Amino acid sequence: MAKTIAEINEKIRKGKAVVVTAEEVIGIAKQKGVSGAAEEIDVVTTGTFSPMCGSGAFLNIGHSKPRIKLGGGKVYLNDVPVYTGIAAVDIFLGATALPDDDPRNKFYPGEFNYGGGYVIEELVAGKDVRLTATAFGTDCYPRKKLETLINIEDINEAILFNARNAYQNYNVAVNLSDKVIYTYMGVLKPNLGNAHYSTAGQLSPLFNDPYYKTIGVGTQIFLGGGIGYVAWHGTQHNPTALRGDNGVPRQGAGTLAVIGDLKQMKPGWLVGTSMLGYGCTLTVGIGVPIPILSEEMLGYTTVSDAGILAPLVDYSEAYPQLKSDILGEVSYAELRSGRIKVQGKDVPTGSLSSYSKAVEIASILKKWIEKGEFLLTEPVTPLPGVESGITFKPLKERPIGE
Amino acid sequence: MDVSRRIVLHFPPNITGQPVVYRLVKDFGLTFNLLKASVSPGEEGLMVMELSGDQKNYDKGVKYLTEAGVRIQSLSQDVVRDESRCTHCGACIAICPAEAFSLEPETRKVLFDHNKCVVCGLCVKACPPRAMILHF
Repeated sequence: MAKTIAEINEKIRKGKAVVVTAEEVIGIAKQKGVSGAAEEIDVVTTGTFSPMCGSGAFLNIGHSKPRIKLGGGKVYLNDVPVYTGIAAVDIFLGATALPDDDPRNKFYPGEFNYGGGYVIEELVAGKDVRLTATAFGTDCYPRKKLETLINIEDINEAILFNARNAYQNYNVAVNLSDKVIYTYMGVLKPNLGNAHYSTAGQLSPLFNDPYYKTIGVGTQIFLGGGIGYVAWHGTQHNPTALRGDNGVPRQGAGTLAVIGDLKQMKPGWLVGTSMLGYGCTLTVGIGVPIPILSEEMLGYTTVSDAGILAPLVDYSEAYPQLKSDILGEVSYAELRSGRIKVQGKDVPTGSLSSYSKAVEIASILKKWIEKGEFLLTEPVTPLPGVESGITFKPLKERPIGE
Repeated sequence: MDVSRRIVLHFPPNITGQPVVYRLVKDFGLTFNLLKASVSPGEEGLMVMELSGDQKNYDKGVKYLTEAGVRIQSLSQDVVRDESRCTHCGACIAICPAEAFSLEPETRKVLFDHNKCVVCGLCVKACPPRAMILHF
């Protein structure tokens, strides 16, 4: 039955492609069998909507008259500092950047009500953003001060470039200590008071293509409500992570670096986010289409919450101390039931990843493909897989010496 | 015009034996949704309720309560959800001590049961997109 991407695209152009979401495919395969479903289905769409700290945007704000060299100077957008160590009027706005006067955790736990992620959200929503800058002045860039409103409409480029998104599996966070802890996995109540997880499970992109057989560099995706691309494998990409019999990693594994034109993205799919006692970030919506090139690919997309295991990690001790011990494994089906058993205790679960938004993303992408507005892409080069031997290394600290 | 307000009723000990709430319904045609109550004969009683009905009747009902010796306070704080910011992630579900949040099995959206809310404010700071708001 092997199909090619070119053949599927031909069907998409004719409006004849059969597209289903990664949730729908599970039932279809149960009814018709993997081979029957593979015969029929051309594309399976996935989705995820989670806080993703590895996010940010490159902006080129245009040259002022007289010129100012922001590179090497200090620049703020709505009081949030941006990175200027690049070209004269290019800046990089990171999702986790905080205003200089944010009290951080001085008043513990800090609230972190505003930061880079919120600036990105406001830019996408078309709101004016306050830029204030100081520079040192050069012969060719004499100006030393700039204060102006900018708008995404007027600046030259706004490119979302997220170095690590769409983690393939993630820890389930719990707290074994006797006091509340405030983490990037949310507020964790003492003595196993709650358990927090953070992927879309059966809908999540990399769970549906566990060995990266179709998702590669150049893959066109849904990103922040618009179109984006897989730019590279994401940082901390760990294809050699422990896997189950179905190929699905049982711990954090693959990641994606993604890129796209921020100007065509939509508010609601890039949301400024605050983690009490931890910091600011950006919640990102991503959807990846999986071309059903073979029965094997269809088989991968039938992964369900019951077949995805995640490690239970204590965030009061094991995580901060970089200890690899886990308290056990739980399936996404158990997590979604609302309660899990940990060390004999009944623990309520909560998620940081919105499943309902993930469903919406997979459905939007499905609609785009059905209407012929979105074509599939052949990867330019694959992401490093198991055979690459790439592992996720801890830092080896070495004395700097004399 | 219909109104609906959340109020706190303080009953002095001498009237906790009287059918005050019954009269609100019977004489003034008001409806109430009891949120919290602690009333024992001979002790000061407290009730938190959402009282609704026609504005004129509502005013008459409140006048009746005041004359009967009931002290009325509007619920000073209230937690509401900004639906435009809620992403339905679920970070609030397990941290709420009153179990006011739940996941709707069908849509997997997070439901907020306002009536279960005890206005502790835990969710306000723990909500990642800052969708929960404390109103004074």
